[in-house]
Amino acid sequence: MLSRVAERLYWMARYIERAENTARMVMAFSHLALDMPRSVQLSWKSMVSTTGGDAAFDHHYQRDDERNCVKFLLADLDNPGSIMSSLSGARENVRTTRDLVPSEAWESVNELYLFGKANAEAGVGKRGRYAFLSEIISRCQQITGLLAGTMSHDHAYDFIRAGRNLERADMSSRLLDVAGIGLLSKDEDMQPFENLLWINILKSVSGFQMYRQHVRRRVNGALVIQFLLQDKQFPRAIAHALGEVESSLANLPRNELPLRFIAQVKRHVLDAKVETLLKPEELHQFLDQIQMEMAETHASIADNWFRLDRAA
Amino acid sequence: MSIDWKSYDPNGFYDELISSPGYPRAAARTLTSYLRSLSDEEIHERKAAAEHAIVEMGITFTVYTEGGNIDRAWPFDIIPRIIPRKEWMRVEEGLKQRVTALNLFINDLYNEQKIVKDKVFPKEVLAQSKNFREQCVGIQPAHGVWAHICGSDLVRDKDGTLYVLEDNLRVPSGVSYMLENRQVTKRVFPELFENYSILPVDEYPSQLFDMLASLSPRPLDYPEVVVLTPGIYNSAYFEHSFLAQRMGAELVEGSDLLVGEDDCVYMRTIGGLERVDVIYRRVDDLFLDPEAFNPDSMLGVPGLMRAWRKGNVALANAPGAGVADDKVVYAFVPEIIRYYLDQDPIIPNVPTYRCMYPDEREHVLKHLDELVIKPANESGGYGMLIGPHASKRQRAEFADLIKKDPRNYIAQPTLAISTTPTLCDGHLEPRHVDLRPFILQGVRTDVTAGGLTRVALRKGSLVVNSSQGGGSKDTWIVDTES
Repeated sequence: MLSRVAERLYWMARYIERAENTARMVMAFSHLALDMPRSVQLSWKSMVSTTGGDAAFDHHYQRDDERNCVKFLLADLDNPGSIMSSLSGARENVRTTRDLVPSEAWESVNELYLFGKANAEAGVGKRGRYAFLSEIISRCQQITGLLAGTMSHDHAYDFIRAGRNLERADMSSRLLDVAGIGLLSKDEDMQPFENLLWINILKSVSGFQMYRQHVRRRVNGALVIQFLLQDKQFPRAIAHALGEVESSLANLPRNELPLRFIAQVKRHVLDAKVETLLKPEELHQFLDQIQMEMAETHASIADNWFRLDRAA
Repeated sequence: MSIDWKSYDPNGFYDELISSPGYPRAAARTLTSYLRSLSDEEIHERKAAAEHAIVEMGITFTVYTEGGNIDRAWPFDIIPRIIPRKEWMRVEEGLKQRVTALNLFINDLYNEQKIVKDKVFPKEVLAQSKNFREQCVGIQPAHGVWAHICGSDLVRDKDGTLYVLEDNLRVPSGVSYMLENRQVTKRVFPELFENYSILPVDEYPSQLFDMLASLSPRPLDYPEVVVLTPGIYNSAYFEHSFLAQRMGAELVEGSDLLVGEDDCVYMRTIGGLERVDVIYRRVDDLFLDPEAFNPDSMLGVPGLMRAWRKGNVALANAPGAGVADDKVVYAFVPEIIRYYLDQDPIIPNVPTYRCMYPDEREHVLKHLDELVIKPANESGGYGMLIGPHASKRQRAEFADLIKKDPRNYIAQPTLAISTTPTLCDGHLEPRHVDLRPFILQGVRTDVTAGGLTRVALRKGSLVVNSSQGGGSKDTWIVDTES
């Protein structure tokens, strides 16, 4: 299989997953904002920060109010991580590998991009936001399902699965980061709301029911962090997603180096002591470290399979 | 109300299916009476079925427009064009003869240049050729063949004579549409395939693969053959991807390949670098290798020409093969055939005036309103003047162009190109057609059974290019004697 084709499929999957998870994150944060006591000021900018978009944001916007921050994450093509940039990236990558994916997948990705283009503006406003984000999430899920259910699970699919799950693990870690910023503060006013707000976080990854079935205890911060970080069965938990990356890479040829990277980050996630992560700074620092290790895993995948040169 | 052949009138043009209103040609009789048996509704249903099949099979071509590239569904007419097998056998011989002579000519030009020394082919024409590549001098490709895949355009004049209008020796396209047209027609008129013996066309991809594999510099059972495409924005990308799939070859872009320090070509795969033996390149010469040609080319592979010159990789068609498909060289093809093969051409050339010769130029300038003027190195019907249909001002512009650069222009009489029945708004009307058969030359020479019939869908139009309102039809070579 050609390196270029592998790279495009991998990125197609990452972009689809990124669009979906950005939608989930904005949704969670918007709910959070609605449920927060009036006395607590929520910083919309912190959501931009967790996506690593500070510089781009400051370059284009004066005020970091709700509208600007949401617009930046949904519709702004100058933000490489926005939903629209992701959809456009996904579309371009699948357009150039149309022969390898089922034709319905190309059609769905194309339609999703066109849907986003027509509706992103409306999704920025408070009123249209929920409908827009739900539609994005469900269409991304549809594409993921289409690929899983109609494409041979060959090397091409291994790259799709690796890309999707690495992106998912990364985005789940950013969602936890957002939660930490909002909820782990020592603010006395927050106490009565706290558990309710953690439920929101779980709901944003469609994880509330699974949490209830598998954790079987009332929702609290430490348990939610543990669930989203270390659960091996829940598909959007970081440990599970990293396990998926690992098993996809295990199918590929010449995989020693990337496998070593993915095993290391997975071990760090599973070995983490959650009780030491219950302060915003500590959680943030830990997640930062994990994100860096995931970025290294990506770099190793790219070096190993996508960028072969004369020396190889 | 069904089709009434008596009211179908080709207006004095030679028609491929009928000899005069109400009288179908022998090979077309089964088809015409079958069509007459269908009601308007049934015909409409067949047309809708064809359109549906085209969308479903994803047959597209790309048009360059202001708003970016657009994939359009391939315009297809369901009524096939029929050629009797007996006539076709002669055409096939003629095409083989022509390509054999052209390959001998190219090989001679890049080596001894005997034809120039013997003054059969003028030195000046060679000196001014835009497609002669210095980089190819002294090379002897496998089997002495340079143009492995050739698409020659044939047209039929009023009296029924078939002429070669031009030879495409660089990167001729259209063969995938020939194959797809047959698939669509089989779905639309399955009954007819039972009653006719129609020569199959489906072997082409395997013949192409075998020919390409035979060029491999390494004697392997499974040489690595790849198709090199400029990418998805190329108008023929559909075909590149189609042929790669049918041959089971990788479809690569320039960035997928690299030339190693051993001057061999490798492709970047997830398993590591893999040696490539044969490249069916659908990229023009000048973009093949930024080290040898256009340094700005992003499409090519640095060092590719070096690898080819050393014989470490085969390129089809060979770089420089285009020297023989320039429209001025065309005018010399009858002489070329006689020179190398000592035979008379089986298929005639269209009479051609070469503006480089003063007397012929004078004739052209005097008769601009009767002639078709073509630039030597354009394809796709661009930059042409169709004299009888042009305005006074357009003719004056062309007169200037010719005087400025006479070597770049040739002129031909406007042929009364044949017509064939075509479905227009629910009834049959005559439309002009040409035919592009494809010839493969390696150790052996194969010609497609028929080829791609292109049809000018606009009434009275002679322009058959898909980029300019042309469509296509299935072409049946029909055995009437068995």
